Amino acid sequence: MKQRLLSMPVVLPLLSFVAILIIWELAARVFAIPSYILPAPTRILQGFSAVSAERWLEHVWATLRIALSGFGFAIVLSLPIAVGLAKSRLLSRALYPLLVVIQSVPVVAVAPIIIVVLGTGDAARIVITFMIAFFPLVVSMTTGLMATPPELIELSRSLRAPAYRQITQIRLPYAVPYIFSGLKISITLAVIGAVVSEFVAAQVGIGYFIQFSTSMFKLPQAWAGLVLLVALSLILFQAVSLAQRLLFPWSLPKERR
Amino acid sequence: MIQRTDAIRFNGVGQTFATDSGPLTALESVDLSIERHQFVAVLGPSGCGKSTLLRLAAGLLSPTSGETLIHGVAVDGPHDDIGMVFQQATLLPWATVLDNVTFPAKHKNGRVFRVERERARQVIEAVGLKGFEAQLPAQLSGGMQQRVGIARALFLNPDILLMDEPFSALDALTRDAMGLELLKLWQASPKTVLFITHSIPEAVLLADRVIVMSARPGHVIADRVVPLDRPRDETSLRSPEVQELAAELRQLLMPTLIGGERS
Ligand SMILES: Nc1ncnc2c1ncn2[C@@H]1O[C@H](COP(=O)(O)OP(=O)(O)OP(=O)(O)O)[C@@H](O)[C@H]1O
Ligand SMILES: [Mg+2]
Repeated sequence: MKQRLLSMPVVLPLLSFVAILIIWELAARVFAIPSYILPAPTRILQGFSAVSAERWLEHVWATLRIALSGFGFAIVLSLPIAVGLAKSRLLSRALYPLLVVIQSVPVVAVAPIIIVVLGTGDAARIVITFMIAFFPLVVSMTTGLMATPPELIELSRSLRAPAYRQITQIRLPYAVPYIFSGLKISITLAVIGAVVSEFVAAQVGIGYFIQFSTSMFKLPQAWAGLVLLVALSLILFQAVSLAQRLLFPWSLPKERR
Repeated sequence: MIQRTDAIRFNGVGQTFATDSGPLTALESVDLSIERHQFVAVLGPSGCGKSTLLRLAAGLLSPTSGETLIHGVAVDGPHDDIGMVFQQATLLPWATVLDNVTFPAKHKNGRVFRVERERARQVIEAVGLKGFEAQLPAQLSGGMQQRVGIARALFLNPDILLMDEPFSALDALTRDAMGLELLKLWQASPKTVLFITHSIPEAVLLADRVIVMSARPGHVIADRVVPLDRPRDETSLRSPEVQELAAELRQLLMPTLIGGERS
């Protein structure tokens, strides 16, 4: 019985998590750590009551909206670019270095510039999020599109099928596992992007709330915001995983079906 | 009228590839003709251009010199008078056995008609996979996956089968069984078969003729008829003439293998 319980996948991580919380709580009390340095878990819990539930929801929704919009644009734009990169050597030689340069630009540093150019509205925040979420998606899609077994491409050529069907019926489905590993990285990066954009310019959103709370030295509520952010990130990541499991079960490694 | 044109004919075919380290001559003046419905096995060291030969026959490559004729007509591009079977089954992992077999129709025409689906079911039954139509490739063994690969190649009922080491990824027992099953399929519905293998016993057991190729640049160095009646079974290889042929083929291949090591 004890064996069975311990072998369940969630039990061990949960136990260690609870243990850390308890140690943290005890340490915070025993050493009387001031809450602006490291608030105890119970203090963070109290931090949630600093603002009303509706206000929390507003913050979460604002961040979620920006993250999902940036993520959406990243998907929509990376698909044609990846197809182009995979199909044309010329295009990949022309574009790839450019993409690497864009990727190497620290988005946190460009964010203020983008805000000045695009204003403090959603557009700027979505662009910032997009810039962070876009690159891993293009790379994984391109890799996936090129990972098709050459024999299938030969089969396709010998059938003299229209070129687009080689993409839709062979290359794209073959890329699905790659695309999903890209999507999983990209969705968590999108949350980071949204928060970064809110640090720079926003009146609402979890990023804005954390920034605002720390500037007032209200650390417990800043931590509460952080907890929400982690939860949001995890839920989005799991949603992408779930989508893969439901829509493309064959694309998962055997033991995880 | 008796048709005298060969199913496949290579006329002085040469193939040179441009590579990063300069031109690479894979094939040099290959002359080979294969009669309709003949089963021909090709042996040769690794890298001597056997797969290249199949790609030429399929029209996926155009030769740098000479020409390839299929049923008397010069090949000038991909054509689907052929079915291809590869070393790995290379099935679509997301598609069922039935959908994998009908894939050529779906890919070519964008849809699969009911008669085509019926035809696929027959071919699936012929390769011994009746009842597995709805399974995904990952649920099948390697041998069964290769059967699906063969069914996919037979589905459009081509006159010519190009098989590139189709059984070499299988374990020895499965491999022998699959060879004999292929013979049954071939006898039930005759086809011209160009069959590449590294196994002398396999070549001798299956083929009417065995071709031996030299190390790169590849050309035909021997062309032997297998002195065996049909139908054949696992005991066929015991006949002394066949043992003799196998020994001769081994003799012919050895120097090419040593030459192959050098490159
Ligand atoms: N598209 C290509 N571009 C450049 N070189 C090629 C190309 N295709 C084949 N080659 C080269 O031509 C030679 C013959 O290749 P091929 O695949 O036909 O050999 P093979 O006899 O089938 O070998 P194996 O037994 O290992 O399958 C090899 O050296 C290979 O590297
Ligand atoms: Mg080969």
